Amino acid sequence: MVINSIRDGIVIDHIQAGRSLEVYHLLELDRLKCSVALIMNVQSRKMGRKDIIKIDQEMNVNLDVLGYVDPGITVNYIKDGLRIQKLHLELPEELTDVLFCKNPRCITSTEQELPHIFRLADRERRIYRCVYCETAGKH
Amino acid sequence: MRSVLNITDLSASEIDSLIDVAGAIIDDPAAFSDKCRGKKLATLFFEPSTRTRLSFEAAMYELGGHVIGFSEAQSSSAAKGESVADTAKTVSCYADIIAMRHPKEGAPLVAAKNASVPVINAGDGGHNHPTQTLADLCTIKREKGRFGGLTVGLCGDLQFGRTVHSLISALVRYEGVRFVLISPDELRLPDYVREGILEKNGCPYTETGDLLSVMPELDVLYMTRVQRERFFNEADYVRLKDSYILTPDKLERASADMIVMHPLPRVNEISVQVDDDPRACYFKQVLYGKYMRMALMLMLLGL
Repeated sequence: MVINSIRDGIVIDHIQAGRSLEVYHLLELDRLKCSVALIMNVQSRKMGRKDIIKIDQEMNVNLDVLGYVDPGITVNYIKDGLRIQKLHLELPEELTDVLFCKNPRCITSTEQELPHIFRLADRERRIYRCVYCETAGKH
Repeated sequence: MRSVLNITDLSASEIDSLIDVAGAIIDDPAAFSDKCRGKKLATLFFEPSTRTRLSFEAAMYELGGHVIGFSEAQSSSAAKGESVADTAKTVSCYADIIAMRHPKEGAPLVAAKNASVPVINAGDGGHNHPTQTLADLCTIKREKGRFGGLTVGLCGDLQFGRTVHSLISALVRYEGVRFVLISPDELRLPDYVREGILEKNGCPYTETGDLLSVMPELDVLYMTRVQRERFFNEADYVRLKDSYILTPDKLERASADMIVMHPLPRVNEISVQVDDDPRACYFKQVLYGKYMRMALMLMLLGL
């Protein structure tokens, strides 16, 4: 299966196999006007199988979202057909409007304009807690 | 400009110093009676409270300052749909310091982010209640003489009991403190406190449903009310509210120098016959609470 290289854009690589559609929605790539390729279940020496997303335009990628979904993901920026930057991600310290607090007693349940902010409480277990009520976030 | 939303916003040494200031006020109240002259405290109470609101108000009056505010959401602009952020910005124009109680967890944080004066969390839902914890800590320090090495029994509603969560956060910082968590299964300590505070700090604890069997090992017994307003289901409340009632009979099993504490108000979880026992400290707690609120306001106002 052949997917053409992109000239100017972004390649999101090393996505765990099967999770590219989740990344596609979280990054709201469906709103873009350019071509976006989801390449799924590709053979990988490092991972066995992986997914890749190719975006055919330059854009600001929400690295916090990607780091939260999977800190193993890499983001490659392509210019004139060449990779100009490769970013390795890590679990972000804080997430804004990625997780949403479900606690009915939280102030965010009544004040709709407040941003839903979660902070990393336990890196090992990847637990984020709402800054307002400390409820653990679930995606 | 600094706010206190969680007891952990204060370091252990700051708490020690607040307890010292409270002690100085107890020894010589006249020396502090003019410290807040010209200052105004706004008490923004979006849900009913007798003790905490009156304690804050008495504290400010005893420091020579003034008090403005409201005691229920219906008499504030919240009834018209005003946001917490807007209320905080508005009240900052009138007052030098804010004490806020709100039924929604995190509301005081929103207020603190938007106010231009210090905000004190006077209780947010089932979440935090740092000034109650200051009262509790002052009581323990003055009655037991120390924090380190104490075995502290927490009994009743440990799930929704915000005073319990704040007290645990404060006491885990002291060497050798051990907790005995006494509650029905339905009202056990939430994971974020058990794992996020007790286990994270390596603080030893045991959980039990049987108050009587653990009584002899306790230095402090902290009773809590099973609160009707924290339940979504009335039947659950009725079934659980009488789970743990302290009576003189049960207290016979306790050591002679154990102290009994309660954040109040009580319903029936401590029998009134216990009030005459010298180990009953819950009304002293109320008094210490006022002195600690005085000390805290002095600190936050830089006086």
